Amino acid sequence: MRAYERLQAARDAERPTARAYIERLFSERTELHGDRKYADDPAVIGGIGLLGEIPVTFIGIERGRNLEERIQCRFGCPMPEGYRKALRLMKQAEKFSRPVICFVDTSGAFCGEDAEERGQGQAIADNLMQMMALKTPIITIVIGEGGSGGALGLSVANRVYMLENAVFSVISPEGCASILWEDAKLAADAAECLHITAEDMTEFGVAEDMIPEDFAHFSRMCESLKERLVLDLKGYSRTPGEKLAEERYQRFRKLGRWAE
Amino acid sequence: MNNIVGLFRKSRNVLEKGGITPVVEEKMRCPSCKSYETKRAVAKNKMVCPNCGHHYRIGARTRVKALFDRDSFQELFANIATVDPLEFPGYAEKMERGRAVSGETEGVLCGTAAIRRQPCAVFIMEPQFMMGSMGSVVGEKIARLFEYAEENQLPVVGFTASGGARMQEGILSLMQMAKVSGTVGKHGENGGLYITVLTDPTTGGVTASFAMLGDIILSEPKATIGFAGRRVVEQTTKKKLPEDFQSAEFLLQHGFVDVIVPRNEMRQTLERLLRQHGGKGAML
Repeated sequence: MRAYERLQAARDAERPTARAYIERLFSERTELHGDRKYADDPAVIGGIGLLGEIPVTFIGIERGRNLEERIQCRFGCPMPEGYRKALRLMKQAEKFSRPVICFVDTSGAFCGEDAEERGQGQAIADNLMQMMALKTPIITIVIGEGGSGGALGLSVANRVYMLENAVFSVISPEGCASILWEDAKLAADAAECLHITAEDMTEFGVAEDMIPEDFAHFSRMCESLKERLVLDLKGYSRTPGEKLAEERYQRFRKLGRWAE
Repeated sequence: MNNIVGLFRKSRNVLEKGGITPVVEEKMRCPSCKSYETKRAVAKNKMVCPNCGHHYRIGARTRVKALFDRDSFQELFANIATVDPLEFPGYAEKMERGRAVSGETEGVLCGTAAIRRQPCAVFIMEPQFMMGSMGSVVGEKIARLFEYAEENQLPVVGFTASGGARMQEGILSLMQMAKVSGTVGKHGENGGLYITVLTDPTTGGVTASFAMLGDIILSEPKATIGFAGRRVVEQTTKKKLPEDFQSAEFLLQHGFVDVIVPRNEMRQTLERLLRQHGGKGAML
């Protein structure tokens, strides 16, 4: 499939949203709300649950499953309070030595007057810095669209997985085409040039692995994802928090390409 | 004060390299108050309109001259060069144009310097080089600067000016946000002071990473600072935005900037703050 077709697949309204994965993967869930500063952002859901027998903190960007939900969570575009809520839950996870599992699916952080007033940039920046130093494992799964800084705000992880048709991009191909070539209709070309696919991410070292999609057998797909996550967390269970943070830092420190 | 006016008067050649052409009586029209001033008068005033205080965008080298003790600036990491990792159409030409316009090889200048004898590590983004956009090289240079500062116990003063992450390097540009934020965190954990100075424009991925992570955040007056572009916000919300939306003053009001500092007070402000943090790292 070409990059643009994958992008279309990633944005497909029928595709399972974060909530679907959370419900399948974790048992005995308690959903937690609010950033303790301003509000609760319905675009970022999170809480505590069990992955097999391991207590974990789960956080996901939720696009909504029907029109009403989608409007409520702004089609999965988080507000600053969404990022602050995520950070609050992550710090809580660190305190109680719980691993963090994030689900990323967003076209980007919300663009709006109120988002700017409340410091959208500052909220994401804070997540990047604090997540980097978090002394507990973080695993991020990009389940659909990984849209720019808004997706990165939950992706500073020890491991990043991409679903087969998930994408991760610095800018939406539409935005890129309209800025560079003044024609949003060239988005398909831009998608190709930007290298946004799961294969690209593993090649650049941005993602560790790709997860095959099988939405027709969603519970089976989640079962195998669960096994993978349990295995990862068992691998991390004896690693001290400082070392986890250091490994995460080194993972990002080497990203980029240049000549000397 | 190590007189900047004297510096400007001294060497025309040096100045021309920095982007200001002090053809003595040629006039320029201020885009803000529309008054005419001689280029010399504006340059003497650190590229601030003597009539209304409009701050012109200035190149990184010009800022070096306007701010640091004479000859104190030592450039670092100039050897890190751009590759075209995605072979992105038109990128090589854009880079070429950026070099020609700015006289720099990339979008950030890094080094060590002294401000009234206070040593610091500095990065200054170059608005004339592809709008200071951040690709792998900008990210790597700033990351190394924080590591260098941590090793040498120096405070970091960073001037931001950027349109955000550089599209032409795709996801690798986005990842620089996380990478640099990580090095900011490490420098800070070890007690390092980081002062950011936001200049016009500071937007997108730079706002959403190291620009907003300073222990102290200063801004030049009227600088545009934001995450999403004004036009994008207007298109999304179909609402007319207030005049001062995303200005330094707007950010101050909403609690995201500590102080707005006019350019001609920047030197004394930075000196004071650096000194009050114990001049950590007198080893320059």
